[in-house]
Amino acid sequence: MSTFVDAFRFMGDHQHLLLSKAEQHIELSGAALVIALVLALPIGLWLGHLHRGLFAAASVANVGRSLPSLVLIALGLTVFGIGFWNNTVALVVLAIPPILTNAYFAMEGVDPDAVEAARGVGMTELQVLVRVELPLGLPLVFAGIRIAAIFVIATATIAAIAGGGGLGEIIVNRASYGDAGVVAASLCVSALAFAAALILSVVRRSVSPRHTSVA
Amino acid sequence: MIVATGPVIPNFGQGSSCEVNNGWFCTDWVSQHWHDTLQPALIQHIELTVIAVGIGFVLAFALALVGFRYRLLDPPIGLFSDFLYTIPSLALFQLLIPITGISVTTVEIALVSYTLLVLYRNMIEGLRNVPAELVDVARGSGFTRAQTFMRVELPLALPAILAGLRIATVSTISIATVASFVIAKGLGSPIFVALEQDVFKTEIFMAGGMAVALALVADGLLVLLQRVLTPWARLVRAT
Repeated sequence: MSTFVDAFRFMGDHQHLLLSKAEQHIELSGAALVIALVLALPIGLWLGHLHRGLFAAASVANVGRSLPSLVLIALGLTVFGIGFWNNTVALVVLAIPPILTNAYFAMEGVDPDAVEAARGVGMTELQVLVRVELPLGLPLVFAGIRIAAIFVIATATIAAIAGGGGLGEIIVNRASYGDAGVVAASLCVSALAFAAALILSVVRRSVSPRHTSVA
Repeated sequence: MIVATGPVIPNFGQGSSCEVNNGWFCTDWVSQHWHDTLQPALIQHIELTVIAVGIGFVLAFALALVGFRYRLLDPPIGLFSDFLYTIPSLALFQLLIPITGISVTTVEIALVSYTLLVLYRNMIEGLRNVPAELVDVARGSGFTRAQTFMRVELPLALPAILAGLRIATVSTISIATVASFVIAKGLGSPIFVALEQDVFKTEIFMAGGMAVALALVADGLLVLLQRVLTPWARLVRAT
């Protein structure tokens, strides 16, 4: 237990180190999450809107889950070498499945009566998607983004073995930072994950439609 | 050509040119190290996964019984398993080491805690979605509460429970690779070794490929189990 006391002492003594590593961690995770959102969200939403590609969406989810994060990080290193891209690509690949599948099933599961009604009043397909389906499906979309954020922050920690920087760099470097440093950085990265999950839970709740029963 | 005789230092100067140059994929390395490296790692990986999913399943089932019977306890149990799920794996291993040491116990505690969320949620959801009329019919025709649970609610919740088991198994196989950072067991272990040896590609491709293949095979086997146990539910969406 004394290790935990030492860890808190380490936090007090090395605030700048931990803050700068946390900043790197947020940058790497944030960049990967944004790229994954840009790539996966439009495809997932549109396919869900069309009710097409159920098998593809389910397969992306299944295959995505079976790709171990460590394997992706190691593969990134063999293919790209150390640099910005090796870890970013691995993190993006990991973040895409939950975002894509949740976006798909969020749109696919919207009450067909609501969609019919929107078409009936003369909305274009894009308007149906943006004004009806998206608001109704938004909680599920954010649930996917939340899972992706948790995955990305966890894997960005492992990315330290491939020169990713961030809080993981302290965790994989017991020789330099000692037990106290390793535990301190582990606590910090956990706090980071909780913060991200909490923020996305709050967003998810705030976008939940108050009147869901349309039929 | 003169062949050197005498004592040979393991792995020194005897690798093929592919190994020495760290080529993209050296088949001779694979055949040489299947028995001493890859096969043991695969078996250890299966062991780690089976133990974790087994304990996780029993634990989640006990929690689901409590959360299903006493609705008030469902939110705190759900929140707790969500809390565990959010902790990054590498951090959780490190946070457990001061308590349970560098041991299989540490690894299993972490792996079990990641299975709880999906198993618990799917069990509760499956049990809740059993139509109330069916439960009423069973009770009305003289089933006790326990009989109703065993013969009506549980079988009808089975597809959701098995869908959860699939996700938990595949995720555990994935996270168990990270466990090799703590103990030199499982398919992550050759990957960490390869990363230290100038990123030896063959070993990374092989061990990584085996981890992915193991996950896909396990998933396939569980789909078969699903078909055998619940022949009435051909299409269960595993999301």
